[in-house]
Amino acid sequence: MSAQHSAAPSAPRLHIVTGKGGTGKTTVAAALALALADEGKRTLLVEVEGRGGIAQLFETEALPYEERKIAVAPGGGDVHALAIDPELALLDYLDMFYKLGRAGRALKKLGAIDFATTIAPGLRDVLLTGKACEAVRRKGASGGRAYDAVVMDAPPTGRITRFLNVNDEVAGLARFGPIYNQAQAVMRVLKSAETAVHLVTLLEEMPVQETVDGVAELRAAGLPVGAVVVNMLRPAVLDEAAVRIAASTQRRGQRAAVAKALSQAGLGGARRGGLAERLVDPLLEQAREHAERVALERRERAEIEELGLPTYELELLGDGIEVGGLYRLANSLREQGISGTQREGGR
Amino acid sequence: MSWQTPSLDIDPLLDDRTTRIIVCCGSGGVGKTTTAAALGLRAAERGRTVVVLTIDPARRLAQSMGLTELDNTPRRVAGIDESAGGQLHAMMLDMKRTFDDIVVQHADPERAQAILENPFYQSLSAGFAGTQEYMAMEKLGQLRARDEWDLIIVDTPPSRSALDFLDAPKRLGSFLDGRFIKLLMAPAKAGGRAGMKFLNVGLSMMTGALDKVVGAHLLRDVQTFVAAMDTMFGGFRKRADATYRLLQAPGTAFLVVAAPERDALREASYFVERLAAESMPLAGLVLNRVHVSGAARLTAERALAAAEALEDLAAEWPGAGDPAPSAASDTEVGDPVDCPAVENLTDDRIADRDTGKAEGKTFTDEVSLTEPDGLPAESLAAGLLRLHAERMQVVARESRTRDRFASVHPDVAVAEVAALPGDVHDLEGLRAVGERLAKGQPAAA
Repeated sequence: MSAQHSAAPSAPRLHIVTGKGGTGKTTVAAALALALADEGKRTLLVEVEGRGGIAQLFETEALPYEERKIAVAPGGGDVHALAIDPELALLDYLDMFYKLGRAGRALKKLGAIDFATTIAPGLRDVLLTGKACEAVRRKGASGGRAYDAVVMDAPPTGRITRFLNVNDEVAGLARFGPIYNQAQAVMRVLKSAETAVHLVTLLEEMPVQETVDGVAELRAAGLPVGAVVVNMLRPAVLDEAAVRIAASTQRRGQRAAVAKALSQAGLGGARRGGLAERLVDPLLEQAREHAERVALERRERAEIEELGLPTYELELLGDGIEVGGLYRLANSLREQGISGTQREGGR
Repeated sequence: MSWQTPSLDIDPLLDDRTTRIIVCCGSGGVGKTTTAAALGLRAAERGRTVVVLTIDPARRLAQSMGLTELDNTPRRVAGIDESAGGQLHAMMLDMKRTFDDIVVQHADPERAQAILENPFYQSLSAGFAGTQEYMAMEKLGQLRARDEWDLIIVDTPPSRSALDFLDAPKRLGSFLDGRFIKLLMAPAKAGGRAGMKFLNVGLSMMTGALDKVVGAHLLRDVQTFVAAMDTMFGGFRKRADATYRLLQAPGTAFLVVAAPERDALREASYFVERLAAESMPLAGLVLNRVHVSGAARLTAERALAAAEALEDLAAEWPGAGDPAPSAASDTEVGDPVDCPAVENLTDDRIADRDTGKAEGKTFTDEVSLTEPDGLPAESLAAGLLRLHAERMQVVARESRTRDRFASVHPDVAVAEVAALPGDVHDLEGLRAVGERLAKGQPAAA
């Protein structure tokens, strides 16, 4: 269907942000929602794992199970947020599709909702993805799209493919009937050009390895991979050549010259045992560690490049993330052109 | 320093024969698995017979312990110093196998077959969120029951919330007591064989609604599943309760693992409170990846001021027109005649394709790159000082975050582990982490 639409493929509207634990995927998802809300657009930021991370980021009270505006983007766009509660989502869903107001409550009393959302966790994931897809497709009052883009702070990379594919699984279980139809509809959105799964990583071995594995899994499952976001990039304090030289400064003469320079800068005596002289070894040790890290980052960056995906980089914000920092990250994503990102093969 | 919480002594904990279970928990990406493996290795080399239960180890870490396949049984790890009489075993959890084993063990063959073939069971056991936690608890109970190891170290699943691990047995219990299960089982029981006779009158409205929602045959699959599982539920529940009590018992020690970052410590804080509320024995906090400096006496401010002074000097250096090597100067650095290293000086953000080669020669070629007067000592010293200033800023930031935690939980003992430049993926690395853990205070490098 979408193939006939127009020559230029449209940018994705459902952005699913995943990443290894600790890589800051919630932060990146929030920054992305802000970045996409430029020029008066409306975005919805969806949280599915009930950790309250979004509310903390935007420094507001815990989000209720309803869509509410949490930020205004520069240029007048709005970011709305929703923390999906699987239980309420199920009741919602029952209401929407089956007008099961009372029976729904009866189900809840009996523990059926518990059952569906806890013990049959597949159903829980169906509800979460289903809700996000519903928001993508929803029409606003004026007949246009309710949201220009929906950004989901999704489960971590290790679980993302199963999470997104759960509808396939459930469709297989249900085989026909309303759940089957719902699951199929959700899968159609997830596998379409409307969706892009972005992976957040750090320039460290394990997160990059997990990203590479995650991309392979997503591709194998036919899910649309979007971009890689390298997060928490540390500033390049010493350029690489200087690092190498520093790291190999074993010669007495060089060490003495450094000690002398330190002393010149007023950091104590350069003689053996002097304050400046005693600084040389620990400073060089730090440079060696830095050199090792620079080499490692280079390797990891090359590995990310192998994936052939659009890549965005976000700097490390020193003192943790506060609202101001979030806007800076959003701005950085925008400058790097993320709003034009196509899904794989869409370019 | 301002931070004066008790320190967590790892070795006494590992050496204490009454310590039978150590649970490592914490949010994702803080080094739980590495910590668990390092503790296991250290305990084994100190004479304990240890099994480490890992949930989802990074591939290379798993390989370092000889875990090339996920076969759900503990394997003895080679390359351990067993002179103290200890051994290290390690295993990776295979959820589906664990679940299947329970079914096979606790149901007669015909019924077991029916369960294993039920599509609903297959999807449940393949590991949606939640199953992993149940199965980790189950496996822990099994390992403990075998009594072949005198210390079990458990890594917890990378859950959406680290607390799921604790909740799993309770949730299972309350679910099994739920009316819904009884309701689902009622028709099967009344009708003898599952799904044969349908529903008595009182339930028809309910199941009618359910049918409408989930489709009648799916409901039948669920009913068959639940009915078949019925016989096992008692055992399930008993074991879940037993494991839960095991976690509260004196032989168990919880270690909350975190990194000195705001989010990780917030989660750690939450966990500490939760463990207390559940009367789970907390041994302390392991704080991984703490940065230190061997020149901590030199503050960031002084280092920066000195760097600026030196850069001014370097600018006056005859012939050395290069800007100082700092992040601030993104301009073309260097003049190849003065500085032979400069040809490799592409901005490292634009990683070129043949980085493999470049990286390969970093350490072999560096000596030849280091001409004595390659870079004026002033520029070099300034660069070192800027690097130091950045390090000191990180140190200060981490200690602020840590202090915040300490002021809320002054009684929680803490062991700090100095940051390593790279990841750990061999026994040597695990040994080094173990040593750092035991030291408890990150010694300056």
